[in-house]
Amino acid sequence: MAFESLGDKLQGVFKKLKGKGVVRENDIKEAMREVKLALLEADVNFKVVKAFIASVSEKANGQDVLESLTPAQQIIKIVNDELVALMGSDDNKLKYSKHPPSVYMMCGLQGAGKTTTCAKLALHLRKTQGKRPLLVACDVYRPAAVKQLQVLGKQLDIAVFDMGTQANPVDIAVAAVEHAKKHGNDPVIIDTAGRLHIDEVLMNELSEIKAKADPDEVLLVVDSMTGQDAVNVAESFNEQLDIDGVILTKLDGDTRGGAALSIKFVTGKSIKFAAMGEKLSDIEPFYPDRMASRILGMGDILTLIDKAQEAFDDKQAEELERKIRKQEFDLNDFLNQFQQIKKMGPLNQLVKMLPGVDTKALENVDIDESRFSKIEAIIQSMTNAERTKPDIINASRRVRIANGSGTKVQDVNLLLKQFSEMKKMMKQFQDPKKMKQMARMMKRK
Amino acid sequence: MGLFGKLKDGLSKTRNAISQQVDNLFKAFVKVDEELFEELEEALIMADVGALTSSYITETLRDRVKTKRIEDGNEVKEELKLIISEILNQQDTKVKLNTKPSVMLVIGVNGVGKTTTIGKLASKYKSEGKKVLLAAADTFRAAAIDQLDIWATRSGCDIIKHEEGADPAAVVFDAARAAKSRNADLLICDTAGRLHNKKNLMQELNKISRVLERELPGADREVVLVLDASTGQNALSQAKLFAEAADITAIALTKLDGTAKGGVVIAISKEQSIPVKFVGVGEGLEDLQEFDPEQFANALFD
Repeated sequence: MAFESLGDKLQGVFKKLKGKGVVRENDIKEAMREVKLALLEADVNFKVVKAFIASVSEKANGQDVLESLTPAQQIIKIVNDELVALMGSDDNKLKYSKHPPSVYMMCGLQGAGKTTTCAKLALHLRKTQGKRPLLVACDVYRPAAVKQLQVLGKQLDIAVFDMGTQANPVDIAVAAVEHAKKHGNDPVIIDTAGRLHIDEVLMNELSEIKAKADPDEVLLVVDSMTGQDAVNVAESFNEQLDIDGVILTKLDGDTRGGAALSIKFVTGKSIKFAAMGEKLSDIEPFYPDRMASRILGMGDILTLIDKAQEAFDDKQAEELERKIRKQEFDLNDFLNQFQQIKKMGPLNQLVKMLPGVDTKALENVDIDESRFSKIEAIIQSMTNAERTKPDIINASRRVRIANGSGTKVQDVNLLLKQFSEMKKMMKQFQDPKKMKQMARMMKRK
Repeated sequence: MGLFGKLKDGLSKTRNAISQQVDNLFKAFVKVDEELFEELEEALIMADVGALTSSYITETLRDRVKTKRIEDGNEVKEELKLIISEILNQQDTKVKLNTKPSVMLVIGVNGVGKTTTIGKLASKYKSEGKKVLLAAADTFRAAAIDQLDIWATRSGCDIIKHEEGADPAAVVFDAARAAKSRNADLLICDTAGRLHNKKNLMQELNKISRVLERELPGADREVVLVLDASTGQNALSQAKLFAEAADITAIALTKLDGTAKGGVVIAISKEQSIPVKFVGVGEGLEDLQEFDPEQFANALFD
């Protein structure tokens, strides 16, 4: 891992204190230095870091931390909570116009991902709200930008409005809204050309589009890898256009994404969506809690959940749910589960994503994946009848299975015992209310 | 405006941003004291140099100021410039494209300006009298091929292209063959933007590298990683992981005409020994310059 996580560093700071037993203000100061470094490595703007540290220090100096047995965790909790509070907001939903169509206008620097994001947002709104969006190609400057939007529209079967590259972007936007009214499209999503925030001519053009097309929301698209300059960009766009929200892009990379905090901090405007991935469906509402643990470089339990969702498809999950409910869960399903977990990635990597796990200590621990293969081998050496009805596995069958899988009879015994215990546990899930809860958790996305 | 003038012009925002802060500093602090070093470190961090590298630079500066007994603020500034240009000068920043044909492979994450940079590179080498051939190996992004095609027309270069969705290695293969048969001096390959943590995409890049190796053995090859000057510390990770997939020989730092300072290249140069060879300072065909560390360092603090 490129960065030692903040958790590890803070553990280090407070480990030295163990003998002393008491945490002093000085120790908090040292801890805050680590927090500061972590935020800077995450590209949070320096001035924002300073202000943030000042406010967190105050809270950290409270009695809770000083008297706590686990000061490192306490500090992380305070920092994390503060980050979540700062990045979250109540108005993270898109505003809709009372008189459709709703008009959304995208803006941002070159290469932030506006065109792709337009298509993603259109697809998202169609999928979640059954809308009939219209994409508008107002980027007449970048070579083939209009074509790009057309291609994306075609892929998604979403209408694209363009007037070629000779027309004025302001006229295009106005005509597009008229077009949408006539053809029943809603919302209208306007793609604009990427531009530098210090380019007065082009910034004025945006103001004019805003004035004439009267969008319900102006959304600033920002590359999540942006460094210290994010504040300048966000401030300029906000001053010029009074933006309504922010969409962060390229979050599928390994960036820590401190720009998110910087932008929210200096503009006060909420981050509404996070875009990640090459697929046009890869956009979702912004989750401040995920972003906080990402900025802090902490274990990412949410990514782990995502990984699980990737590996388990919905159909299988439903089938499994049915089997568990009817108590039909057999060794075939058990084997299946193992194989799915393996699909999520090497175990030692998965374990590292769990918060609170000491990644350093894990470096020398080799999780024995061969035990997985052993279990697989044993089940695969059973007949189908044995897998569906493990009760029929008597002593002689056990010997055969052990021989067939190259294991010992004890291994087979152990597996059968574990399996029967697992089934017992599943019985406790018979409560239909609990089942529904679980199913909902699995499907949440 | 001459070449140097243009570079300086493009860098002036960079320079102003850092040097204004530094200058303010020197006006405010006549004395060389602890506060001065702290403020200097802050200025570096604000330029995206990164906390660790900034601290390394200020530590070095501290030592030098001590051993050289520097007492004047302006001399401290000169020393700081020197340290930065030393770091940037550790590798050879000259472009090496002497064989015929020679190859440029242009790579980077999405949206850094690869295709635009290629347009500028094509125009630059064309104007130097080279026969340039472009390979449209970004077969993934919608209309990327059209975009490069427009640049080819603008710069007057030939282009080898397949359909969208085609195998990029196959495009490069055809282009390498064409470069030989058409007697081109330089083949420039565009590639799809990809995030460096996507393993299969990086393997695809590796495959393209191997095709070039096999089809044009012995040809001079510049593998250019394009970095957006506004990118923060993630650029370090980009440089590291792209270097694992393809043997990067050069960095092109784009979008220096904004307010971003691109200071992270100092960290990359120090930690990964990859030289910056080009800087992009605008959207025109001629807005690409060869990088000069001394000029860069000077322009930062002049």
